[in-house]
Amino acid sequence: MPFDISAIRKQFPILTRKFGKHALAYLDNAATTQKPECVIDAIENFYRSSNANVNRGVHPLAEETTVAYDDARRSVGAFIGAKSPHEIIFTRNASEAINLVARSWGEVNLKRNDVVILSVMEHHSNIVPWLQLKEKIGIHIEWIGIDAEGNLSMLELKKALKRTSVKLVSLTGLSNVLGTRPPLEEIIKLTHAAGAKILIDAAQLIAHALVNVQSMDIDFLAFSGHKIYAPMGIGVLYGKSELLRSMPPFLGGGDMIQNVTQEEFTSAELPRKFEAGTPSVADAIGLQTAIEWMNAIGMKEIAHHEETLIKHTSQLLSRIKGIRILGPSDPKNRLGCLSFVIDGVHPHDLTDILGKQGICLRAGHHCTQPLHRHFQIPASTRLSVAVYNTKEEIEMCVASIEKAQKLLNG
Amino acid sequence: MDLYAENVLDHYKHPRNAGVLKKATVTHREENLSCGDDLTIELRITDGKIADIRWQGTGCAISQAAMSMLSEELAGKTTDQTAALTPDDIRRMLGVPVGPRRIKCALLCLHTLKNAIRKWQKKPVQDWIQTVEVEN
Repeated sequence: MPFDISAIRKQFPILTRKFGKHALAYLDNAATTQKPECVIDAIENFYRSSNANVNRGVHPLAEETTVAYDDARRSVGAFIGAKSPHEIIFTRNASEAINLVARSWGEVNLKRNDVVILSVMEHHSNIVPWLQLKEKIGIHIEWIGIDAEGNLSMLELKKALKRTSVKLVSLTGLSNVLGTRPPLEEIIKLTHAAGAKILIDAAQLIAHALVNVQSMDIDFLAFSGHKIYAPMGIGVLYGKSELLRSMPPFLGGGDMIQNVTQEEFTSAELPRKFEAGTPSVADAIGLQTAIEWMNAIGMKEIAHHEETLIKHTSQLLSRIKGIRILGPSDPKNRLGCLSFVIDGVHPHDLTDILGKQGICLRAGHHCTQPLHRHFQIPASTRLSVAVYNTKEEIEMCVASIEKAQKLLNG
Repeated sequence: MDLYAENVLDHYKHPRNAGVLKKATVTHREENLSCGDDLTIELRITDGKIADIRWQGTGCAISQAAMSMLSEELAGKTTDQTAALTPDDIRRMLGVPVGPRRIKCALLCLHTLKNAIRKWQKKPVQDWIQTVEVEN
């Protein structure tokens, strides 16, 4: 199927919204993507025609819902190349998935002074759960730096992995600010050779590249549905069967048990062991629909389109006087997003002015305060693309940035 | 009316009373952690009145312009009058509509000033909810 941008745009109802006379140019996709009609319909259809609680009950609606929920899990498993659907745990989002690993795997497998390796470009969701363990049991966090191009220091990583007490490397697959990709294949080999486990925060990566947990030999992978055209409120933790099996439950409650007495409980089998309480079935079906929708366009086609947009953005923005683009100077080394600062133009002023023209960019630290401290800047502006964005939107955005710069600095 | 009205931009580009105060009675700094706006206020207080003010800061146009405007309103005011300033006074002073997303930018000057006065009064500094009734 040839890549047809106008046909794709027609599938997103929100893209027809107007702000005064301005059309919407949504360039904040690293925060959350917009939803295609088929995903919105899937959620609506579930509540209109199938709604029932899962697992318990044999009435027809309960059965239909359970089948649909399991089917959604199978789709997600196939999407990331899991060996078995029971390796897919539905969570609320990537943050909850990482917290699950920290609290369940971490509290059992980590003791005082054990090392967890993180990079300075991690999102707070892959920092704070480990800082909580540092407070609680005294683990040690080893930070890996980056160079000016945003490349992870492999030298520092290799040095850190020589410590015998390294138990986990927890790393982003794609920086939500720089758009850089650490060389995961090599890092995973080094991590396993050192006897440690690897957790990949794929919240950004999953939208822009094919991920295969088996061929990449990933131990844990976390991502959110809402960054890949699916609804908010559904996320995924992938874990290798043997790891998930050895871990204690995270949250306790309904659905996650086999047997409960007044004295004790037995956990349910995977994956239900980690899914206490009524799950968000409609959102899981929404995620499945979004994955099928992405597959129909083709992950390669999506990635190619987004690469073209980012290259165009990089070329146009680099002509602006006083701009500093964070991370890679060569747009080939960048996926999905581009962040920058402009002398004398505060990101909040810029995005406020652009927002009034329907152009949505994000300003702030993008939940990466350590990274912004590393660059010695309080905040930056981020432009992030999705499959429905166009070159014309980028051109209009850059022209508006230049105008805003004149207003604030002229 | 636009948030980036001419007088707001004029104060941003040509800030009044920016600089360092020799022999300050009290110095206080506050930051807006979510966006990195940063203000330091220096006051010289004599006979319970603000005799002089200087300030330093970095941040967005709204936070810096509001500080600049506020600094012009303070000369000769008593510390009690200063401590009684409200968010509405800042809104009136700015004269442009400030929405919920930018209200903390606009009120950082007042938050910093109120805590500067409290410091001078030897009272403990307060958080945003206490000084200007905005959640941090």
